[in-house]
Amino acid sequence: MNSRLYAIIRKEFIQIFRDKRTLVLILVIPIVQLFLLGYAATNDVRNVPLAVYDQSQSPESRALLDAYRAADYFQIAYAAGSEAEIQTLIEKGLARAALIIPPDYASRLRAGSAQVAFILDGSDPSVAATALSAAQLIGQSHATGILSQKISRAGQNFKVQPPVEVRTTVWYNPDLISAYFMIPGVIGMILFAITAILTATAVVRERERGTIEQLIVTPIRPWELVLGKIMPYTLLGLFDTLEILLVGHWWFGVPIRGSILLIVLLSALFLLSGLGIGLFASTIANTQQEAMLTVWMTLLPSIFLSGFFFPLDAMPKVLYYISYAMPLRYYLSIIRVLLLKGVGIESIWPDVIALTIFGVVIMTAAALRFKKRLD
Amino acid sequence: MITVTHLHKSFGHLRAVDGLSLAVAPGEIYGLVGADGAGKTTVMRLICGALTADAGSVSVGGYDINRQTEQARGLIGYLSQRFSMYEDLTVLENIRFFAEVRGLKADEWLPRSMEILDFVGLAAFKDRFAGHLSGGMKQKLGLASALVARPRVLLLDEPTTGVDPVTRQDFWQLIIRLVNQLSGSPVDRLTEQPDNPKTGKLDNRTTGKPHNREAQVSVLISTPYMDEAARCHRIGFMRQGKIVAEGTPGQLRATLDGQILELRGTPLMEIRRLAAALAGVEDVQAFGDRLHLRVEKDQAGAVTERLRASGAAISSLRPLPPTLEDVFIKMSVE
Repeated sequence: MNSRLYAIIRKEFIQIFRDKRTLVLILVIPIVQLFLLGYAATNDVRNVPLAVYDQSQSPESRALLDAYRAADYFQIAYAAGSEAEIQTLIEKGLARAALIIPPDYASRLRAGSAQVAFILDGSDPSVAATALSAAQLIGQSHATGILSQKISRAGQNFKVQPPVEVRTTVWYNPDLISAYFMIPGVIGMILFAITAILTATAVVRERERGTIEQLIVTPIRPWELVLGKIMPYTLLGLFDTLEILLVGHWWFGVPIRGSILLIVLLSALFLLSGLGIGLFASTIANTQQEAMLTVWMTLLPSIFLSGFFFPLDAMPKVLYYISYAMPLRYYLSIIRVLLLKGVGIESIWPDVIALTIFGVVIMTAAALRFKKRLD
Repeated sequence: MITVTHLHKSFGHLRAVDGLSLAVAPGEIYGLVGADGAGKTTVMRLICGALTADAGSVSVGGYDINRQTEQARGLIGYLSQRFSMYEDLTVLENIRFFAEVRGLKADEWLPRSMEILDFVGLAAFKDRFAGHLSGGMKQKLGLASALVARPRVLLLDEPTTGVDPVTRQDFWQLIIRLVNQLSGSPVDRLTEQPDNPKTGKLDNRTTGKPHNREAQVSVLISTPYMDEAARCHRIGFMRQGKIVAEGTPGQLRATLDGQILELRGTPLMEIRRLAAALAGVEDVQAFGDRLHLRVEKDQAGAVTERLRASGAAISSLRPLPPTLEDVFIKMSVE
């Protein structure tokens, strides 16, 4: 290899391994993030605390409660004695939902039809939406059960069957586990953050500490300096990719259905964007703090407008179009497809092309701005 | 080796370098002196191409710094005013890095690095982190990494500022040995590279040591210290981005021959006021219990008579040989 390039890469690695803080950042932070987001950032609705005000206290009302108990969406946490008590429980946040069964539930049910009230705390819309449909589904299926019991008791020998039945099958993530959706996102976010921040600070550090002045006077070509700075962080970025992928696979059970080689190659392609943004930030910033901030300014919109947490389809049109400028968007769509669907490049090539264009453009822009001069 | 012509560089409204020209011959130590802010560092940075000139040209060893930047830089060793080694690398790792980026081969850098560390006296500290070195040792490390790739041109920007007198002395001995190429010194080994492609362009000087001639090192050093300036072969005085006087230390001192008077007497402050107001006196500086008067050319006798006639209590009055300091003061205020 070119001895100047080799010398820069070697020096950069020595510095990385000597800087314990950076090393922790590179090796440990991805795992911490993975666990945080894998567990905490979940949209799964489980065990919503439910308060019950059962005024009927009949076998019928207990059967309804059993139906709610059986589904793990709700956990019957409180038996309230009045509507006021229910209000207090919800206001204090102790209960997220409440079921009120009227005193005449059993008799009305025997007579034909009965009503129950279901109250939901809508202050967290995503939880409320899921809980709402769960509550309705449980009620409906319970009602269907009662109906068919009644008919069979009446001696009529036919099963109640809805005229149309929608049979749902969920592909790729049948249990709808959020982690399967989140972990590819974590890979993308970490890759982007680590490579962009480290590249930016590694270049700016030379300026901040004055070592750039000595570096400038050497016969190092600008492209060698850029490449020598970038290569170590590319390798570390790919190391992080594998690290997150393996922990995600073994700990969270995220499937890796696509080709590992393709995942690594396309991750490397995505790294180009992160490195390019880092390099670009380094041409603007004069101190490491400035470089960090500059990168953060691009990182936050990337995370919110990439479909990491919030579905792109639900966004207002303006934001949706802005999301086209976020390389993370393309990578997330690629990595989710590759991990969960196990398809080949033929299904994702539009994203691959978009990512390539973005990487080349930002890298070229950064390289053009990058000068081996003090002024 | 270094040819600078009509160099201009402005920062906003400030004309840091304003039409400066200078030339440094092979084997020459050229001292750039001037007050803070005279533009010395900017000149250094323009010569090594760290800054781009607004106008004018710089050529190093025949290479234009703007068009053949990397070839020119291949000849340059540069020691910046600010410490610019990697503090988180050891002494040897620093030297190795700068040796390798300057093209020393895998089997070459270690013996050469040890040789140069030996030369500057840092061999015993090779495994110490650069950040843990003392100020003087840091400067020596800077010099060592500037020298490791056998530069033909050495640019030293105030290398001894903030360094103790003993280390300053050491430092100058190193530079002088480097340029004088004493036999057996590492500098002789610096010259064992007869394959330098640039030799044809550089040999317009003959030193009587043909095997050394092509490899003579040129040094451009900036310093605020006059005792250091006196060690240079030639000095350029800089003021407001220009060289206002240039010559050997002797030539520069000679410009003030017979113009410096030393005066003792009491009360000194009163005599000082009196002398400063006297016709023919250009400048009065107090030096402890005496005054140095700089008088106009050929006015020493007249001034002496005027002083005697003034009735001041003068205990001694005699002409002094001018020093570079006198020249510096004159050049800085004119």
